[in-house]
Amino acid sequence: MRLPKFDYVAPKTLDEALKALTAGGEGCRLLAGGTDLMVKMGHGLTAASLLVAIKGIEGLHGIRFDPSKGLSIGAATLIAEVAEHPDVLKYYPAVAQAARKTANTQIRNMATLAGNLCNAAPSADNAPVLLARGAEVEVVSQKGTRQLSLDDFFNGPGQTELARDEILTQILVPPAAKASGASYQWISPRGKVDISAVCVGVNLRLDGDVLKDVRIALGAVAPTPMRATEAEALMEGAKWSEALAEQVSAKASEESRPITDVRASAEYRRRMVSVLTRRALEEAHARAVENWGV
Amino acid sequence: MKHQIRLNVNGDDYELLVDPWRTLNEVLREDLNLTGTKLGCGVGDCGACTVLVDGKSVSSCITLAVAVDGKKIETVEGLAASGEKLHPIQESFIEKGAIQCGFCTAGMEMSALYLLRKNPSPTEEEIREGLSGHLCRCTGYNQIVEAIADAADRMKTDRGKGVKP
Ligand SMILES: Cc1cc2nc3c(=O)[nH]c(=O)nc-3n(C[C@H](O)[C@H](O)[C@H](O)COP(=O)(O)OP(=O)(O)OC[C@H]3O[C@@H](n4cnc5c(N)ncnc54)[C@H](O)[C@@H]3O)c2cc1C
Ligand code: FES
Ligand code: FES
Repeated sequence: MRLPKFDYVAPKTLDEALKALTAGGEGCRLLAGGTDLMVKMGHGLTAASLLVAIKGIEGLHGIRFDPSKGLSIGAATLIAEVAEHPDVLKYYPAVAQAARKTANTQIRNMATLAGNLCNAAPSADNAPVLLARGAEVEVVSQKGTRQLSLDDFFNGPGQTELARDEILTQILVPPAAKASGASYQWISPRGKVDISAVCVGVNLRLDGDVLKDVRIALGAVAPTPMRATEAEALMEGAKWSEALAEQVSAKASEESRPITDVRASAEYRRRMVSVLTRRALEEAHARAVENWGV
Repeated sequence: MKHQIRLNVNGDDYELLVDPWRTLNEVLREDLNLTGTKLGCGVGDCGACTVLVDGKSVSSCITLAVAVDGKKIETVEGLAASGEKLHPIQESFIEKGAIQCGFCTAGMEMSALYLLRKNPSPTEEEIREGLSGHLCRCTGYNQIVEAIADAADRMKTDRGKGVKP
């Protein structure tokens, strides 16, 4: 595989990157880890005349955790760093789980979490759990900064809310509420290491014995990562029971809109949504019970 | 426009003029004649092209050479630094029959090096996980897993003798 020809710049600051991106016009693209972009360019699926590399921008690196504000993950942060960071492991175990599940060691050492979202694959492993945890993204252009909910970020396969001159600078995840829990569950055709055929992220909170803030997000079963809002509504304000978890999982499966492709059939995916949602609800509930006293 | 880059490969410094669209794999193999690093799938799936960049294992086939300007690269040629005495990982691969056609071997050994530096006593599960980005069409993997477990033991003993991993 030979890559097509392009120009390349590696700015040291965000301002320089924004300038290059704006000046670069239509043919200009951002390069993070390149694990999606290089493959797509090699296959001739994406064209670019200029790549603006963002990994050399110091300010975009790093993971910061503040108990009151939550987690901030800079756009140049590697998926490997997210998977291994002590604060992520301790306070955001489901986020770490999804990162650890993504691809393989070499790819996690190259790829960024932000790139996983910006690439907007319906199967993006890190999207469901970040949706379930109510993540937001900070987006910057020469015109200014805006913050948007991840719920409003994905528009279609490979399509996001980002304008051509915008850079996603950080991913923000709120701190976990008291007595809350989250989980990430997935299944892929080749055991553990493949791109997910179905993935599910769940978050919930216990208010006495009543379930609150129930968020269920599904991956690889619709044109974008999606929330199963009807399933969420069934559980919101109800008391935990296995029968309820079963019923909610069936509803999530009804809400999914999978297609048949190389990784799985639509029928199989629909069934797996129900199985994985139940597992995720159970794990999230168990974690919420565990976090009761914390 | 060509870019001037500096690489330190296996301890040697190079200054190169490269086109921005050329991969690290191409530059290692074609410009530096370091053909130990292989090119298999070319799209990040098989691991044959694995090298270490600043100590981290990456797929050189989807890494741009310009993107690793100033970095320290380790390839399979650097394993047996003297060119004579093999690295314990290489000894173990030979002894355990972990090499058949050999196409996957350089990548496997670099991932083994990465794994054993991070985790000198991996479990079988951890070794298999560390190899999840590699394909081997010959061995069936078991001998490779055994070789890495064996190398872990050797490296611990060698370290006792003051040999650097
Ligand atoms: C072998 C292999 C296995 C894989 N397995 C998985 C898997 O199991 N699960 C999974 O989800 N994915 C998988 N992937 C896909 C890929 O690795 C991930 O999506 C990765 O997170 C992409 O990040 P990156 O930094 O490499 O992005 P890049 O390829 O650099 O960029 C991806 C896209 O996002 C844009 N972009 C990047 N950063 C920004 C930013 N800050 N602001 C705006 N736009 C930006 C780029 O312009 C490009 O269009 C795999 C890929 C390979 C090659
Ligand atoms: S050649 Fe690079 S991963 Fe296959
Ligand atoms: S020995 Fe032939 S591919 Fe592994």
